[in-house]
Amino acid sequence: MKITLQVNGEPREVDVAENTLLVDVLRVNLGLTGTHVGCDTSQCGACTVHLDGRAVKACTVLAPQADGANVLTIEGIGTPDELHPMQAAFRECHALQCGFCTPGMIMQAIDLVENGDQLDNAAIREGLEGNLCRCTGYHNIVRAIQSVADAG
Amino acid sequence: MSEAIAEDTGIGAPVRRREDARFITGTGRYTDDLNQPGQVYGVFCRSPHARAKINGVDAEEALGIPGVLGVYTGTEMVADGIGDLPCGWLVKDKAGNDMRSAPHPPLAATQVNYVGEPYALVVADSLQAARQGAESVNAEFEELHAVVELGSATVSEQIYEGIDHNLAYEWALGEEDATRMAFARAAHVTTLELTNNRLIPNAMEPRACLGVHDAATGDYTLYTTSQNPHLERLVLSAFVQVAPEHKLRVVAPDVGGGFGSKIFIYAEETAVIWAAAKVGRPIKWVADRSESFLADAHGRDHITRAELALDEQGRFTGLRVKTTANLGAYLSTFGSSVPTYLYGTLLAGQYKTPNIYVEVQGVYTNTAPVDAYRGAGRPEATYVVERIVEQAARELGKDPADLRRMNMIQPEDFPYETPVALTYDTGNYEASLDKALELIDYAGFEGRRAAAAEQNKRRGIGFACYIEACGLAPSKLAIELGAGVGLYESGEIRMNPTGNVSVFTGSHSHGQGHETTFAQVVSDKLGVPYDDVDIVHGDTGRMEFGLGTYGSRSLAVGGSALIAAAEKIIEKGKKIAAHMMQTTPEQVDFDDGTFSLQDSNQSVTIQEVAFAAYVPADYPEDLEPGLTEKAFYDPNNFTYPAGTHIAEVEVDIETGVVELVNFVAVDDFGHIINPLIVHGQVHGGVAQGAGQALMEHGIYDEYGQLQTGSMMDYCLPRADDLPDFQVDTTVTPCTHNPLGVKGCGEAGAIGSPAAIMNAVTHALGTKDIAMPATPEKVWRAVRGE
Ligand code: FES
Ligand code: FES
Repeated sequence: MKITLQVNGEPREVDVAENTLLVDVLRVNLGLTGTHVGCDTSQCGACTVHLDGRAVKACTVLAPQADGANVLTIEGIGTPDELHPMQAAFRECHALQCGFCTPGMIMQAIDLVENGDQLDNAAIREGLEGNLCRCTGYHNIVRAIQSVADAG
Repeated sequence: MSEAIAEDTGIGAPVRRREDARFITGTGRYTDDLNQPGQVYGVFCRSPHARAKINGVDAEEALGIPGVLGVYTGTEMVADGIGDLPCGWLVKDKAGNDMRSAPHPPLAATQVNYVGEPYALVVADSLQAARQGAESVNAEFEELHAVVELGSATVSEQIYEGIDHNLAYEWALGEEDATRMAFARAAHVTTLELTNNRLIPNAMEPRACLGVHDAATGDYTLYTTSQNPHLERLVLSAFVQVAPEHKLRVVAPDVGGGFGSKIFIYAEETAVIWAAAKVGRPIKWVADRSESFLADAHGRDHITRAELALDEQGRFTGLRVKTTANLGAYLSTFGSSVPTYLYGTLLAGQYKTPNIYVEVQGVYTNTAPVDAYRGAGRPEATYVVERIVEQAARELGKDPADLRRMNMIQPEDFPYETPVALTYDTGNYEASLDKALELIDYAGFEGRRAAAAEQNKRRGIGFACYIEACGLAPSKLAIELGAGVGLYESGEIRMNPTGNVSVFTGSHSHGQGHETTFAQVVSDKLGVPYDDVDIVHGDTGRMEFGLGTYGSRSLAVGGSALIAAAEKIIEKGKKIAAHMMQTTPEQVDFDDGTFSLQDSNQSVTIQEVAFAAYVPADYPEDLEPGLTEKAFYDPNNFTYPAGTHIAEVEVDIETGVVELVNFVAVDDFGHIINPLIVHGQVHGGVAQGAGQALMEHGIYDEYGQLQTGSMMDYCLPRADDLPDFQVDTTVTPCTHNPLGVKGCGEAGAIGSPAAIMNAVTHALGTKDIAMPATPEKVWRAVRGE
């Protein structure tokens, strides 16, 4: 079936089977490989993108559900020269090592800061419940998010 | 502009990582992000049984599915002369006999020996067709009794012909008689039975590969999630014989974490690169997470009985350890060495225990192969030593810090030869202990404990003063002890004609930040701007050789190779500079990027020298043009990072939930190149250790089915399971490598399980709880069950 959606501000059309996952639309059909797949049970959050302004796990969204929607991925939030503040904070705080969880973490973190109030350490940690990182022990990820939240 | 202020990029500066630019913008290139024209997809058929005979594999139905291009089986691999997957470390048993290796074909041909073992590869032009194909392959299995339980494996049915009692080896180290005598004379003996739970590594990027064969040239290229692409190539060519070494290029691009699990040479990439030639198309395979659970090599899985002998004053006089180590169904690449040379040798810990004897039974079971996982043997050793020392302190009514202190090797004792075959070069263990005690506010613990009690929580504190051996390893020693390869590292430095520098290293970065750290090192050594130094790694087509990254060896061994190469650059540079300044090389000094003539103000920069080397108009007659040097560095000892970790936990008596509330790590890694990266390594290691202590457990049922085969069943630490960590360092520089570094990659995972479990048992007043200390186990323990 044909699906139209806005991806990173650009209208895109793809022709995919109905049971295609949004994450595959992004990675396979649109070549946006910044969104990763880390599991098959919706547990890891490596695939987190924004769907109409809220963080979702793209491995849990079927392509038809994204028909007409606005999708924002890691590729759409900043460039090496003009980083999104969350990207800059991740780098500044060394909030990534292998980088595999990072796009999902950053997308989740942006949602947290944009939509959560009173982000203290515990609230940030709770807000990251759905995103696994095996490298950093989360310590520096929490610091990075806190720094962006504090900068308000 | 603030950007204009130059960032300090020297040694010791917390340089923000350059690799981050691609990872935070989603432009990293991991194996699954790569595609090839004409690419097709591979899916493996995996055994549903823990042990069964294969009476036949019928692919007819699968081959009838549109899009399926081929079904490749173990039988065909054998017919093609593809060899078994070798174990790279030949351990000899107590009697001096070779370990007994079970044959390990990449694809099972006649028998399967663990659930998830691959026996066929289905290749199709779409992933969906390949999946459907794999489901349609009909294998006829004849189920056999599976040996699953480690404790009884040696008295269970024999899995392999010729391997009695399912024993790969019974290995021993240390003086048995002397240790026995120490126990006979002991004033006190502490005994502890321990289990070290099976862990499943779970790097966030699942394993993947993309195999390409060029029929016209005969060249093979394998893109794969590897920590050591050269070793992969060596094994695939020399042992498995998929392709000759010069015709096989292995590329490990961005790799999303390894923790050991991506060291090994696995069935999947072997089958994929072999089948790529047969099907004549590039084949991509990416593991589902479920496959990672089943078929990545697991870690740990020991049962141990330990005894510590002490004299009247509390001095350790003997340590006796008997361990049964689960090797799984096959000896994985380094599986044999982990519970022996990387374990028994570490049992002296930080202490002057004069008599140590350890026996290890390496046992086959019908479970996934077990191999190195972050720390590899050293966390297991630390767990034994630090749990029993803490228990001894409790039995003797001594402060656990004091008991450790009185037994520690002192700075003046180095070099210190342990009774278990290592010579520690340097250290100051009390310095780390003192700093850790201060950071945790040890004196305030009783107050915190009382405050917790008011909330109906029991608070406990636990220590681990660990040591590890890193920087694997002096090649000669390793080979004498059974290693199949040397353990040096290579490095190459190319000064380009325009004066910038391309650096090639055999180390591999999969999160460690080598592109930054190594650039700091080379920039410092050659006095060239940090931004002018580029680090290249992970491609057998681009660098000569390498042994890759594991055992916290990259900086200590790989970094040292770069120093050696840089020294050659400087030496040749002096000859060129001398010619340019019309003097002799002996008259030329080098400092911070400048060659200068002694007692004069004449000088040339290294960039000018590089230019002269490539445009040799006026050039020394007897010197080759060019300014490229390579070096192999073979360490002459291990490095010995050590430190103190202290954990505080609170146990909710009603629910059994253990909360890790405070964690201090003070580590001595020698000199530190980039503290930001080093601290990050410790954070991640501690999180994995906390996972082992409190959550993670790979469990098989009695039939050998993996009960914890997904992230829903296998509990990985999440952000809200962990506190902020307090991390600090002390420094005694390593005495035998040019950087004075020791390695920091594994320490966090080595000290933390023992520290946390000491805290849990302290809180509960119990002798032991088997890791992981899950709410259920703790709840039962609280109720005395
Ligand atoms: S891929 Fe793991 S949650 Fe989506
Ligand atoms: S940085 Fe590697 S998984 Fe998070």
